[in-house]
Amino acid sequence: MMSLLLFAQEIEPLTNTEQWVINTFFYVIALVTVVAALKMVTTNNVVHAALYLLIVLAAVAAVYIILGAEFAAATQVLVYIGAILVLLLFGVMLTRAKIGSEDDLNYDQRWIGGLVSVVLFAVMGYSLWEGFEDTKLDPAFQPQRTGDVAESIFTQYIVPFEAVSVLLLAALIGAVVVARRD
Amino acid sequence: MYLNQFLFLSAVLFCIGVYGVLTRKNGVLVLMSIELILNAVNINLVAFGAFNADLGGQVFALFIIAVAAAEVGVGLAIVLLIYRNRRSIDVTEADLMKG
Amino acid sequence: MLSLFAADAVSAPAIFDWVWLIPAIMAGSFLTILLGSKRLKVPAHFIGIPAVIACLVLALVTAFSWIGYSSDVAHSGEVKSEESFGGTAETAGAPVPGFVDAGAPTVACVESKHGDDYDDDGDHDAFGAGELAFSGELELAVEEGEGGGGTPCPVINDVTWFSNGGDPEDGGSDITVGTLVDGQSVMLLVVVTFISTLVHIYSTDYVNGDRRYTHYFAFLSLFTASMLFMVLSSSTIQLIVGWELVGVCSFALIGHWWEEKPNSDAALKAFLTNRVGDIGLLIGMIILYFAAGKTFDITTINTMAVSGEISQNTLLVAGLCLMAAVMSKSGQFVLHTWLPDAMAGPTPVSALIHAATMVVAGVYLIGRLYAVFFIGFGISGGTLNAMALVGGITCVGAGLLAFVQADIKKVLAYSTVSQLGYMVLALGVGAYTAGMFHLFTHAIFKACLFLGAGSVSHACHHSFDMKADMGGLRKFMPKTFWTFVIASGALAGIPPLAGFWSKDEILVGAGVWAGTDGNGTFTLPFIFGMMAAAMTAGYMTRVIWLTFFGDYRGHGVPHESGPRITTPLIILAVGSVFAGFLNMPKPFVEKIGLPSSWGLWFEHQVEPAGIGSFPAIDHGKPSFSLAIVATLLGLGAAFLVWNYYKALYAKDHKATEVTDGLMSKIPLLKAGHTMLTEKYYLDHLYTGAIAGGTKGPLARAAYWFNQNVLDKTVDTAGKTAVATGRFVYKYIDQGAIDGAVNASGASASGGGQVLRRLQTGRVRQYATLMFGAAALMAAVFIVAI
Repeated sequence: MMSLLLFAQEIEPLTNTEQWVINTFFYVIALVTVVAALKMVTTNNVVHAALYLLIVLAAVAAVYIILGAEFAAATQVLVYIGAILVLLLFGVMLTRAKIGSEDDLNYDQRWIGGLVSVVLFAVMGYSLWEGFEDTKLDPAFQPQRTGDVAESIFTQYIVPFEAVSVLLLAALIGAVVVARRD
Repeated sequence: MYLNQFLFLSAVLFCIGVYGVLTRKNGVLVLMSIELILNAVNINLVAFGAFNADLGGQVFALFIIAVAAAEVGVGLAIVLLIYRNRRSIDVTEADLMKG
Repeated sequence: MLSLFAADAVSAPAIFDWVWLIPAIMAGSFLTILLGSKRLKVPAHFIGIPAVIACLVLALVTAFSWIGYSSDVAHSGEVKSEESFGGTAETAGAPVPGFVDAGAPTVACVESKHGDDYDDDGDHDAFGAGELAFSGELELAVEEGEGGGGTPCPVINDVTWFSNGGDPEDGGSDITVGTLVDGQSVMLLVVVTFISTLVHIYSTDYVNGDRRYTHYFAFLSLFTASMLFMVLSSSTIQLIVGWELVGVCSFALIGHWWEEKPNSDAALKAFLTNRVGDIGLLIGMIILYFAAGKTFDITTINTMAVSGEISQNTLLVAGLCLMAAVMSKSGQFVLHTWLPDAMAGPTPVSALIHAATMVVAGVYLIGRLYAVFFIGFGISGGTLNAMALVGGITCVGAGLLAFVQADIKKVLAYSTVSQLGYMVLALGVGAYTAGMFHLFTHAIFKACLFLGAGSVSHACHHSFDMKADMGGLRKFMPKTFWTFVIASGALAGIPPLAGFWSKDEILVGAGVWAGTDGNGTFTLPFIFGMMAAAMTAGYMTRVIWLTFFGDYRGHGVPHESGPRITTPLIILAVGSVFAGFLNMPKPFVEKIGLPSSWGLWFEHQVEPAGIGSFPAIDHGKPSFSLAIVATLLGLGAAFLVWNYYKALYAKDHKATEVTDGLMSKIPLLKAGHTMLTEKYYLDHLYTGAIAGGTKGPLARAAYWFNQNVLDKTVDTAGKTAVATGRFVYKYIDQGAIDGAVNASGASASGGGQVLRRLQTGRVRQYATLMFGAAALMAAVFIVAI
């Protein structure tokens, strides 16, 4: 929806109807995300898990668009879905996981993990609720333009950017060194 | 739009990711769960970026995507190494760090 | 604002801006020796000695500049502190009461760190008015004061280390470090560099060929650097840093020969005992930090203490906490036990650290924050306070113990404890200059005695046992003998040697003797002081007899030490003769026809009288009769001891202690009532108690107190198990320390056994624990906030 308005110079504040539509859209996406994520961590099939992850990543990209971060959304699709997910699938293949379902994917004492994440969620949920109880996004907020993002990366955030470049290089070399057969 | 709806989505994703990391045996699945956590963080960053009308949030989300790529690369290399040495990628069996 | 003052003010010599170089040179020397000496194949002393001599020269230049500066200030009557003049927010708003009462001309010395801020915050008028009033007051002071008002303020050079919000009103503060040059710090600067130089030279012979020669010189340098750093510190936090650094150096040097267990135990004991006091130091400093409105600045704290902006109760609590630190570092009673054990280190180190310089750090601390102690303990007009009591008990208790030691260095160590007690006593009765002067003279003659003991042991195959391996050495080593005798005389307070003058001033300061008006009437400390004066002469006579008279009891032929050892001895002996003349009482000076300005010269240089950061102390009036009585007491004690040993010698040429033949004397001695004989009787029963558990309630009480209360844990073992007292000593000390160490080790290993289970090596489990702990901590955080 917002992407349709991309080319307008100034965007009018959203009307109530538009907000309602966007909200509905968001809740649907959120539902999809959560369900897919839950399936991903519980499924017995490694390949299915990867596909659920794909759904989650795509849904998160949609959330970015709702938040007006189109470039991040595009990168999410390109890098995550296009590269990382494929890499993970390669990993699945190279480790010769079964394509079908497996019984032995989960740790026996799952309740500990469950407990920890429930406690974690309780803590986070409480503090979020306390902190931002009814804070609203400005209805007039503007999508962040890719040009601005680029300029900001190469001016204000040039040092972190370079650091990330070096990190990528190091990871590249590191991955080669670690996985090399010798 | 409440800010909290994004933050809660992020929190839920984060906790599901933690659950995945803590319960999965398969190394590749652990890596996938970590991706969930990173995505949860990204949603947070982008949401606050939009809230404050600041580009920093999106920029750092991009950086995290880059870091995630690096992390998956190295992580998979390690998983492959474990697999090659042990014929299994069950991370519960890897206890070389035992003191 | 400043023009009011700056017109004819005397500006401080430039050297005061550069005193930071002195510790810096030594620190550089430490690093060079440590990193470069072996690599460059340069002997360590080739680096250390030039560095320390450079420091000595700089220190002397600083001292002469200070003398010149203070006389300039005295003549012009003006005072100018190095930076902008004014007050802190507090002192500017409400004038310091100290300088309002016109009777005692007082100059506020706290320089404003936020001087520029005043122009901004609209407070300018009030401030200017305050300053105008102040300047009028100052002129008055100059007219009235005869030099009392002409004491220069400390010259402070501060840099802001880090800023924590800046303005104290907003709850922030600037943490500054820098140098503080005043009489006290200059005096110690000279003492430390002087003794350190001689010890460096002496050490080239004494530890020649040692297995850790480089290490030794490196730590000498580091020690000198830390001590100088501490002496020059302008803020309490800097003082703490220096304080801990000297502690570390002391630890390293006591344990220099750590291969032998007793040495490393002694080092540990010294370190741990000092930790006890350090807790007090930290607490006290923190109390002062908050009480003085978030500042570590020493001058500000003192000024606020004098002006009454910090309540007396706060000062008392802070003072008591700091007293614990003084007790540990300066070996005051109850916490003194580490100092005799510290003699395990090389002898030159004992001379430098455990006699002349480091152990006076506690005394220096009292002097540095004298206003805190003086006001906090209510010294003015008092009769007894914690400081005077601690000092008094120490000087008597340690003096008694010195009688029963066979190890020459331990006698000197107890003597040091006793003399440190004297200094604390002096400060406790308000005799500031006397305490500082005793610090000064004591450093010289005690260094001489220690180096002399080292020389003796050098001759006697590195034994320190006076009874077994010495005797009759005066014929073999005349230089050592004469220097030792001179220094002993100085220590014992024989006129006109150095110790006489300083000790006399302390006794005068107690204000008990007729006609000596001090700050109060400290009867008990005075009695302790007199007793200690007598005892000092007694045990030093004993040492001299056992070491240098009688027949030689060791084996081989002893020989005089080389020039690198004897030259420092001679220099120090000369110092022991003349140092006392720096602070002769005025009536005496006038009587013997010297110019009046020679009298109390030291006091004039060192005591910052009449400035806002120093409390208004009263000075005692010197008394000839007191001097004569104290001297006679000392000579009498020496005479008794001398005759005792002479009689002993006549009976048996090898005898060193009472044997059965002399036991018949004991009932007689028991019946005796003079203080000296009673002490003497205590001495022998004390030895007896340690040796075989002989009766003697007084001796047992002393023994019990010194051994068992302090090292309570191993009390029973000590009572039954041991044949000789010295072994009991070591056994107890080591037992206690070992016990503590073992217990901590056992608890650590027990805890490790439990925690070990958690170390499965499984990453998942670690991750679970990590996330779980993070969640819990976040929950705690939320609940707590």
